[in-house]
Amino acid sequence: MSMPYYVAPEQVMKDRAEYAQKGIARGRSLVATTYDAGIAMVAENPSRSLHKISEIYDRIAFGGVGKYNEYDQLRVAGVRHADTKGYAYSREDVDARSLANLYAQYLGNVFTHEMKPLEVEILVAELGEGRNQLYHIAYEGTITDEDRFAVLGGDAETITERVSAAWQAEWDLGAAVTAAAVALAGPDRTLGAGDLEVAILSRGNGRRTFRRIDEAELAQLLA
Amino acid sequence: MALPLFPPERDPGPDFVGLLRMTSGQPEAPARTLDPLTPVQAPHGTTVVALRYLDGVVMAGDRRATAGNIIAHHAMQKVFPADRFSAVAIAGTAGMAIEMVRLFQVQLEHYEKVEGATLSLEGKANQLAQMVRQHLPLAMQGLAVVPLFAGFDTARSTGRIFNYDVTGGHYEDTDFQATGSGGRDARSTIKLGWREGLARDEAVDLAIQSLYDAADEDSATGGPDLVRGIYPIIAVVDAAGYREVPEDEVAERFGALIARRQAERAS
Repeated sequence: MSMPYYVAPEQVMKDRAEYAQKGIARGRSLVATTYDAGIAMVAENPSRSLHKISEIYDRIAFGGVGKYNEYDQLRVAGVRHADTKGYAYSREDVDARSLANLYAQYLGNVFTHEMKPLEVEILVAELGEGRNQLYHIAYEGTITDEDRFAVLGGDAETITERVSAAWQAEWDLGAAVTAAAVALAGPDRTLGAGDLEVAILSRGNGRRTFRRIDEAELAQLLA
Repeated sequence: MALPLFPPERDPGPDFVGLLRMTSGQPEAPARTLDPLTPVQAPHGTTVVALRYLDGVVMAGDRRATAGNIIAHHAMQKVFPADRFSAVAIAGTAGMAIEMVRLFQVQLEHYEKVEGATLSLEGKANQLAQMVRQHLPLAMQGLAVVPLFAGFDTARSTGRIFNYDVTGGHYEDTDFQATGSGGRDARSTIKLGWREGLARDEAVDLAIQSLYDAADEDSATGGPDLVRGIYPIIAVVDAAGYREVPEDEVAERFGALIARRQAERAS
């Protein structure tokens, strides 16, 4: 009879974290930042149809990096959660904090109990009346909230440094998107309108504040 | 509340009604315990009209809800935006109808977000038909809901109107339609005034006139209420989307209509 090998729990967690980090690092990164009229989300994504950034509810947007099928499943669950809640209570009662907590619980659960952790990092952004919230949730369920900017992806540390150096309160959309694009690109390359996916939560958009910025408009913003 | 995740074989897809059934048990198939011999006396909404014009459709509804011979509400809303490019108007049991509209609005937006694409106008009309059909058991008890659906078909660049019966049967009307207790009177007025290529203002005036005539003949249809300042809600859907005609403009056009009618009588 063969005996199962003993593996220390520390080792199991370390291996899983490494596995998830590797998966996330293979994908491209995403930057979200506040600007004078709301929140701008910028992701390096050459695809026009497989989105990293999407609408969840009137004032809530979703961003995901890593494995597409995994974060897209989480996105749909978020839309379902928000729409059911808004239908059962009222549209005002749908908030990003409770959704971010649900995501964190789910990711944490999968990380500790399943064989394979999810190879994703997600962002739940909420446009507030005065203050905006960016909830950043990592593959193991760690949740952090920011009110200036957030960076998701494998190369987050260096990109964070670049965004942090350029960041200004109340900057306009053009400046914010340009700085995010430069930060994502790094010193050795440039990213054009065709390489980026950009969407905003803007106070000027009526009830549904989410809007995608198309390639032509993006080219103007980057110019 | 847990995150609503489903295994692939049980995934409801973009169907919000199916999702509700799977998560909260609502809205379920309607209870069938009501005694069919004692119809429920609930407020009823009445006349709504829709007509096509050059750039899209105009939709209008009076503001009265009745329960038997009682006026239940003076300022009920019967015309609603369904989404950016379509409008839905309701006649029938007010409580049920408004709930149906709310569910329909969420369903359209839910589909759009989950799928990342909007439904075609015909797809939206079919969705509403399913909701009306599911409501049939309650309609048999006297709680009927009969909507009117109209919108701007962005693929064909034209306004389109869909008319429903209680069984969920839906029929496309090329030019105009009216439903509710005063629908027949409103339709006669529109039939006389409608022609191909109406301008926006002409179409709005025709809708106003049709509701005025319906209120003249049908006690359940409310006319303009000059004392309280309550006027029918009129919506326009064209390539720019759904917009309500401002109340001031509606009041002004009713004023003009009344002045015209008075002048006709005096001469």
